[in-house]
Amino acid sequence: MSEVGKPHHRGAVTRSSSTSNTGSVAKAGASHHQGATTAKKQAPRKPVTEPSAGASQSHIKTKSKLNSWLRHHRMMALDSLWRVLKAPIASLMTWAVLAIAIALPTGLYLFLSNAQLVTSNWDGASQMSLFLKMNVTEQKAEKLADELRERGDIAAVQYISKQQALNEFKEFSGFGGALDYLDGNPLPSVLIVRPAALAGNIQQQEQLLRSLQALPEVDEAQLDLAWVKRLYYIMELSQRMVSALAVLLGIAVLLVVGNTIRLAIENRRDEIVVVKLVGGTDAFVRRPFLYTGIWYGLGGGIMAWGIINISLFWLDGPVKALASVYASSFELVGLNSGDSLVLILSGAILGWLGAWLAVGRHLGDIEPR
Amino acid sequence: MIRFDNVSKRYENGHEALRQLNFSIAPGEMCFLTGHSGAGKSTLLKLIMRMENASQGQVFINGQNLSRMRAGQVPYLRRNIGVVFQNHQLLFDRTVFDNVALPLLIEGAEPNDIARRVRAALDKVGLLKKEKLNPIMLSGGEQQRVGIARAVVNKPPLLLADEPTGNLDPQLSAEVMHLFEQFREVGVTVLIATHDLGLVARMGHRVLTLHHGELVNGGDV
Repeated sequence: MSEVGKPHHRGAVTRSSSTSNTGSVAKAGASHHQGATTAKKQAPRKPVTEPSAGASQSHIKTKSKLNSWLRHHRMMALDSLWRVLKAPIASLMTWAVLAIAIALPTGLYLFLSNAQLVTSNWDGASQMSLFLKMNVTEQKAEKLADELRERGDIAAVQYISKQQALNEFKEFSGFGGALDYLDGNPLPSVLIVRPAALAGNIQQQEQLLRSLQALPEVDEAQLDLAWVKRLYYIMELSQRMVSALAVLLGIAVLLVVGNTIRLAIENRRDEIVVVKLVGGTDAFVRRPFLYTGIWYGLGGGIMAWGIINISLFWLDGPVKALASVYASSFELVGLNSGDSLVLILSGAILGWLGAWLAVGRHLGDIEPR
Repeated sequence: MIRFDNVSKRYENGHEALRQLNFSIAPGEMCFLTGHSGAGKSTLLKLIMRMENASQGQVFINGQNLSRMRAGQVPYLRRNIGVVFQNHQLLFDRTVFDNVALPLLIEGAEPNDIARRVRAALDKVGLLKKEKLNPIMLSGGEQQRVGIARAVVNKPPLLLADEPTGNLDPQLSAEVMHLFEQFREVGVTVLIATHDLGLVARMGHRVLTLHHGELVNGGDV
């Protein structure tokens, strides 16, 4: 009678038997498709000496528990990856669906941030004209210009004296002759102010305008807000639309992964039943499916990253040509390494979440009967 | 090891499968559970594994009250119970070796430990040479023995068998019973549900007889 079948209670006896020959590891690996890796990666085992005190024994137990937990994670990660790769066409299609769903909002987001970059270059769009009071002298006006240049919220100030204004008017208006009949110069001096904080923040610009208006030397301050406002609201609207689209497509990713995992669960129903019968915990049963979700999400994320970069490469030429027509050195801004990491990781996280949803929904239904 | 305290089981559809069972099985005892089909044998085994809950009364396994057991504890209960199923419950997507290794994998045993113990269990049932085969290539009797190897590979103190000789010829049945006898000899508590009354009589162990859900023989007085 060998020792097989001799009952024992878990724990104490289990570890004492682990000093067996290592030769069987390779053989064990051969009978398990991912076994070879498992055996190779195994941490060097400490020789199990007879634990003298209870404390050290429980320490060893905790450690080996952790080891076996990590081993199972590694095994399930590889096993589920293997299962995903075993059906390349189906997996590729899932990845493509996920990639498109992830790439679409990311692409629109990139488009928006590039658009913002372009519009922030159009500084002239939001310059303010300060018409000074007629009694302000030239020295006073220049002093005011200098003072304004000191301010943090103003990028540049250009002073146009009464005489310059008159000259410009004569030159461009075509009424030059008529002005000669006037006694004196009816035009005020003007300060052209370019605000520093640009790119959309309407409230700040309006505040600046009000404070300039309040200056004693200023007769009237003008800002062509309509154009800036319009742009600002279009931008805000687009941003919200992209966010809403991102949320919707994120939900789509969850559903696609969830459905794929649901099918995987259905395919492995027998296995789940048997595992539950012989004492597998819910976490044990769940694990391979969560990893499957991660692999799908990760693949989708990487593919989305590829799609985005290929599109950027494809658009780069025309954009450069277009920019050169406007004598601009504008270049498309793509994903930096941080963005790329976020993109791929959010794919993996969405996949994991989708798997959780499916597992939580369907695994409970499968109980041995 | 097993104690049923006034246990009844009524299914949701109103069918009363078990009625007021009182019995106990001592550690290391071997017992047969017989009765006509539909008498409640399978339900009784399901109560022990907590695949079902008693509607009334209490089931104790190894001193643990199953009706007070949280769902999270059930897997650990099942690890202490080896079960041989009538339909074998083998997985045909993996080898015999991997089938038998499953309980050890779930326990988190080390790979070389698993290999050694799986081989020992397969050796015990005489299937060491077939470890690399898919169980679908084995005969019914061999599949049954793979199921037995899986049930004992982690050395549970309690072994349940549901009609283990159901589809076997008399000689194979005797061999399987001999195996169970050997497990009992090393201290395993064994409970076998069967309707093979001739076999039961030959073995000469205690017999629990169910009739329409009631224990008519072998229970506590």
